[in-house]
Amino acid sequence: MSAVTTPGADASTTRPAAVLTIEQLDVSFSTDAGAVKAVDRVSLSVAPGEVLAIVGESGSGKTVTAKTILGLLPETATAGGAVILARRDGSDSHDILSLDRKGLREVRGRDVSMVFQEPSTSLNPVYTVGWQIAEGIRAHNKVSKKEARQQAIEILGKVGIPDPSTRVDYYPHQFSGGQKQRVVIAMALVLNPGLIVADEPTTALDVTVQAEILDLLRRCRDEFGAAIVLITHNMGVVADLADRVAVMYQGELVEEAPVRELFAAPKADYTRKLLESVPRIGQRVHGSAEERAKKESLETAETLVEASGLRIEYPGRLGRGSFTAVDGVSFQIRAGEVLGLVGESGSGKTTIGRAIAGLTQVTGGSLTVLGTEMNGVKERHFKKTRQDIGFVFQDPASSFNPLLTIADCVAEPLRIHRRSLGERETRKKVGELLEAVQLPKAFGARYPHELSGGQRQRASLARALALDPKLLIADEPTSALDVSVQARVLELFAEIQREFGFAALFISHDLAVVDLLADRIGVLYHGELVEEGTSEQILTAPRNDYTRTLLASLPVPDPDAQAAKRTRNR
Amino acid sequence: MTVTTPKTVPDAPDRKRSLLSRLPIVHQVRQSMGIQRFMLVAGLVVTGLFILTALLAPVIAPYGYSQLRGDDGAFGSQQAPSADHLFGTTVGGYDVLSRTIWGAQTALSVVIVAVILSIFVGVFLGLVSGYFGGWLDRVLVVVCDAIYAFPTLLLAIVMSIAISGGQSSLWGGVFAAAISITVVFIPQYFRVIRAETVRIKSEAYVESAKVVGASNARIIFRHVLRNATRTLPLIFTLNASEAILTLAGLGFLGFGIEPTSAAEWGFDLNKAIVDVSSGVWWTALPPGIAIVLAVLGVTLVGESLNDLADPRLRGRRRVAAASGTVAATSVVPGGAQTAGPAGLGGLESGETFGDDGIETRP
Repeated sequence: MSAVTTPGADASTTRPAAVLTIEQLDVSFSTDAGAVKAVDRVSLSVAPGEVLAIVGESGSGKTVTAKTILGLLPETATAGGAVILARRDGSDSHDILSLDRKGLREVRGRDVSMVFQEPSTSLNPVYTVGWQIAEGIRAHNKVSKKEARQQAIEILGKVGIPDPSTRVDYYPHQFSGGQKQRVVIAMALVLNPGLIVADEPTTALDVTVQAEILDLLRRCRDEFGAAIVLITHNMGVVADLADRVAVMYQGELVEEAPVRELFAAPKADYTRKLLESVPRIGQRVHGSAEERAKKESLETAETLVEASGLRIEYPGRLGRGSFTAVDGVSFQIRAGEVLGLVGESGSGKTTIGRAIAGLTQVTGGSLTVLGTEMNGVKERHFKKTRQDIGFVFQDPASSFNPLLTIADCVAEPLRIHRRSLGERETRKKVGELLEAVQLPKAFGARYPHELSGGQRQRASLARALALDPKLLIADEPTSALDVSVQARVLELFAEIQREFGFAALFISHDLAVVDLLADRIGVLYHGELVEEGTSEQILTAPRNDYTRTLLASLPVPDPDAQAAKRTRNR
Repeated sequence: MTVTTPKTVPDAPDRKRSLLSRLPIVHQVRQSMGIQRFMLVAGLVVTGLFILTALLAPVIAPYGYSQLRGDDGAFGSQQAPSADHLFGTTVGGYDVLSRTIWGAQTALSVVIVAVILSIFVGVFLGLVSGYFGGWLDRVLVVVCDAIYAFPTLLLAIVMSIAISGGQSSLWGGVFAAAISITVVFIPQYFRVIRAETVRIKSEAYVESAKVVGASNARIIFRHVLRNATRTLPLIFTLNASEAILTLAGLGFLGFGIEPTSAAEWGFDLNKAIVDVSSGVWWTALPPGIAIVLAVLGVTLVGESLNDLADPRLRGRRRVAAASGTVAATSVVPGGAQTAGPAGLGGLESGETFGDDGIETRP
C-alpha cells in the first residue's frame, strides 16, 4: 500500500496498481418521488490481494456501490465519475461506466465476479452445479465440455466440497446452505478474477456456517490472490476478514482506515457511535445486587408458561412422514422473567413462540400457557387468554396492515377487547402507549410505510403492550434492523420490561443480543433444548458442546481479539 | 465531517399530494410517460367517448333506435349515405348512425350490470374460500375450473335462452347477456381474490390480528379484503371489454336483443352479412368499428393500468448523474434514549420506501 512510486515511472510495470479504482462516483435513481441520490462522490481503491470491507446501514449506498463495480445497476439509475477495473496481470483496464454490453460481458467473470447474499436463490435450481460452473468457463474460454467439467470438479474440490467428482452432478437443492455458498464462491473463483465482490455473503447463514465461509473467503485471498470487496453490516465479520474498512453513511464515504486503526481509534463521530452500538458478549455486568434481588424474587413468582416434553410436528406431504420441529422440550417462564431462546435457523425456536401464542398446534407433550393447556385447545377457550399475551414479530415491515394508520393498528387490540373504552379513551390510551415507546404522538396519524424500521418495531411493541399483557413473546424483534437501531430498540425493550414487569420470551439467533436482556437462556439445536441456565452460566461456563461451538463461532467485533480467537479455535 | 448534525435535505415534493393528483386515474396519467402515457391517454379518450355517447344517446342520435319512418315517410331499405342518413339505412330500414349510437348505451349497461353482479359474488367467495381453506375451498376451486372448461359463448347462449325464455325486451336482453357473462366472470374474480387472500393470510399483520384475538369476520373484512383488492381495477377493465365482445357475439348469433327493444351492434352486424357481398358497405362498417373502438379503448386502459401498477414495468425518465438529494436514510446511532420523544424527529423521521425499495425522505 505504502509503496512510493518515483515520479514518471510506470507503476504497472513494476507492480500491478490497484485492481479497482473508484473515482468520484455518483449514482442517482429516478423514482416516483423524483431523483434520489444513492452514492455521493465516493472515491475508493482496492489493491491486489486486499480485502476492503464497505460498512454501513441499510440505505447507505454500499450495495449500490458494489453493483456499480459489475455494471449491474438497474435501468433507472444514472452513474457519474469513474470505476476503473484492471485486469489481474495489469495488462488492461476498463472504465466500467463507459463500457457497452459486450465489453461488460467480457469483464464480468474474468476480471470481477460476485458472491451474492442468498445462496439458495443465486443458483438455478434446474441445472446441476457443474453445468452452472461450466457455463461461466465456456462463456469466456473456448474449451470443450469435458475440460470445463474437469475445471469445475477441480474448483469444487478447492472450495471444500467433499467428493467433488460425484457432487458436480448434484442439483443445488442437494446441498446445504453453507455448501451452496461454497458453490457460489467456486463459480466466482473459477475464472481466477482479480476481484471478487461479496455482498453480505454470510448474512443468510447460521453463525457456525458463517465461520466456515469466512475461512473460505480468507483462503480466496491467501491462496488465489483475489482482492475482495466485502459488503456487510456485521462488525464481527469485518473484524474477522477485512484489511481495510470504508464506512459509508447517507451515500458518502465517512471514514476509510486499516481495520485495526478503525476499531482502535475511529476518527469519525459516526463510526464511533456505530462501533458503540454493536452488541458484544460480556457487555452486561452479571452478578449485580439488583440482578441477585430479581433472581430471588423470581424463585417465588407464579409460573406463567410451563412446557414439559413439548413436541410439535408439521404434517408432511402425502406419503411422507411428518416433520418434527420441536422434540421433547421442557422449560418454565415465571412472572416477570425474561427467557431467551437461542438457536440456528430450523432449531424450532420460532415454532415454540408461535405455539405459546396459539398460532401453531401442539401435537405432543404438554404446554400450559396462563392456565390453559395448549395441547388440543379450541380457539373458543383460548380467546379470553389472548389479551394477556403480546407478540412482537420479526419483520416490522409486514407486521402492520399497510392500509391502516399506526394509531389504528395500535388501537386494534383495544377495540377488540376493551369495547367499553369508547373512541376518545382509546385514542388517549394509544397516545400514551406511543409515548411509552418513545414515539411522538403525531406519528399515530402516519401510515406504516412512512416510518423507519426502528420506529415501526417500537410501534409494534406499543401494540403488544396495549392490553398490559402478562406475557410478551418477541420473535427476533431486532434481526431486521440496523445495528444502531437495534441497540436502541433493545434498550427500550429492557426499560419497558422493568417498568411494566411482564414476563417475556425473547427469541433470537444472536447470543450477544439475548445476553443483554435475558435472565435465563435456553439453547435449542435441531428441536431439542440442549442447555438451559442463567445467562451468566451459559455464556461463561457452557456445559454443552453445541453451546461451546456457537459461542466460539460468534465473531468478536475487535480484530485482535478475533485473530487470537481464530488461532485458538483452529 | 461531523455526522451528528443531520444533513440539510432540501424539501422534496410534498408527501401529501393534492387531492386532484391522488384521484385514481389522474394519478396514473401523471405517473406515466412515453408510450405508456400515450396508450393510457388514448384508451381514456376512446373509453370516455364511448361512455359519453352512451349517456347522451337520446340527444345526439338523429333518430330513435327502432324508428322506421320520419316526417316525410318511411326511410327505405339500404339507402346510401345522404344528408338525411349520414351512414345510410339498413336492410330493415333503420338509420345506421342512430342504431350505432344507441348501441353504445346497450353495451355500457351490459358491462355495468355484468361487472357489478360478478364482482360481489366473486370477491366474497374468493375471500371465504382463500381464508378458511378446507373442503369448501376445494369444492369451489373445482367448480370454477369446470366453468373454465366450457366455451364462454356456448355457456352464454344456454344462459341467455334460459333467462329470457325466448322473450325480448331491453332489460330482459341486457340481463340475459349480463348474467350469462357473470357466470363466466365470477371464477376470474374468485381466482384472483383467492390467490391474494392465501398470500395475505400468512402475512405478519394477519397473524398479529389473530394473536390479538380478532374474530374471523373482522380479520377478513378489515385486514384481508382491502389489501386483496389491489388488482381488481385491472381485471375489471379487461372483463369490461370481454363483456362487450360476448354481447356482440350473442347478438351476432341471434341470441341478442330484438331491434324493437334496443339497438345492439352484434345484431346489426348479423343483418349486414348479406349486404357486404352486394356492395352495401355502410351497414356493416359503423357497428363493427364501434365494437373495435369500445373494446380497444377499455383494453388499452386496462393494460396500461396493469403496467403502471408494477414498478418494474413502469417506465421512468432518466435522471442526470448528479441530480437528486441523498436519501437521508441512515440513522445516527445513540442519543435517542436521552433525547426523548421530542428529539427523535430530528434523528430518524419519515423515511418512506419508494416503489423500488429505495428509502427516501421528503
